[in-house]
Amino acid sequence: MEWIMEPWPWYISGPMIGLTVPLLLILTGKTFGISSSFRHINAMCMPRTKIRYFRDYDWRSWSWQLIFVLGIVIGGFIGNYVLSTTPVEFLPEAYYSLSGVFRLTIGGLLVGFGTRYANGCTSGHTIMGISNLRWPSLVASICFFVGGLIVVYIFMPIFWGVS
Amino acid sequence: MMQRLIILTLGAIFGTTLVKSEVVSWFRIQQMFRFEEPYMYLVIGSAIAVGMVSVALIKYFRPKTITGEEIIISEKPYHKGIIFGGILFGMGWAITGACPGPIYAQIGSGAYIAIVTFFAAIGGVFLYGLVKPYLPN
Repeated sequence: MEWIMEPWPWYISGPMIGLTVPLLLILTGKTFGISSSFRHINAMCMPRTKIRYFRDYDWRSWSWQLIFVLGIVIGGFIGNYVLSTTPVEFLPEAYYSLSGVFRLTIGGLLVGFGTRYANGCTSGHTIMGISNLRWPSLVASICFFVGGLIVVYIFMPIFWGVS
Repeated sequence: MMQRLIILTLGAIFGTTLVKSEVVSWFRIQQMFRFEEPYMYLVIGSAIAVGMVSVALIKYFRPKTITGEEIIISEKPYHKGIIFGGILFGMGWAITGACPGPIYAQIGSGAYIAIVTFFAAIGGVFLYGLVKPYLPN
């Protein structure tokens, strides 16, 4: 059982991520997805809003997803502090700075805006949608990838001097 | 109550897996977009493979949920946002090293600066809600 304290190999973690799809479906009847949690948090915090995107649906019927993401936070803690001999730092040290906060703010805005505009993220489209053989989800996943390549090969060399 | 406990547990297992597989790592995401390591492709690829077989089996055998309900998989139809939004999200993914699931997992893993990503993502969705009526769809 010592392997469990080390980083898990892809052939363990990949299938475990994939199994989330049928486990959620069979145990709870829910379709796997995460990015809409940001919408529900907005709707929850603005009960009197006039913005239709947050007003015209009942976030309470989606409260399961807020429980699920709370579970992810707890799992993040377990993975790094209970099932690990030395906790791993997953973000560059340079991000713990003013310029880092700036980059994470820009990036986070893009993640929020983009996932909702695309109506899904890596979970809802790449894992769930493609598993369900939906071609729009394949298109979405390719676009996610294109966006990443734009940043890595164009933006980072120009603006951050990293190539 | 029981269902909530199941959901919380599934979330925790998923979060633990995200951390132990290091797909929440900014460095892993960079390696992926730079084609330096096959690792991320193997994780995502095997996740899709298992998901695909599972969904096919569910559609074939039509099991009920444990509470006896019909399983309905929600569909995501095509619209222009899949292209535009998809590219914007991909850019954010490469900058922050986190898609939505990993944002939560990073916070739990102690990378506390990811709280900035979290609030910015909330803000990004707020902006989306504001301008949604004016966007091509």
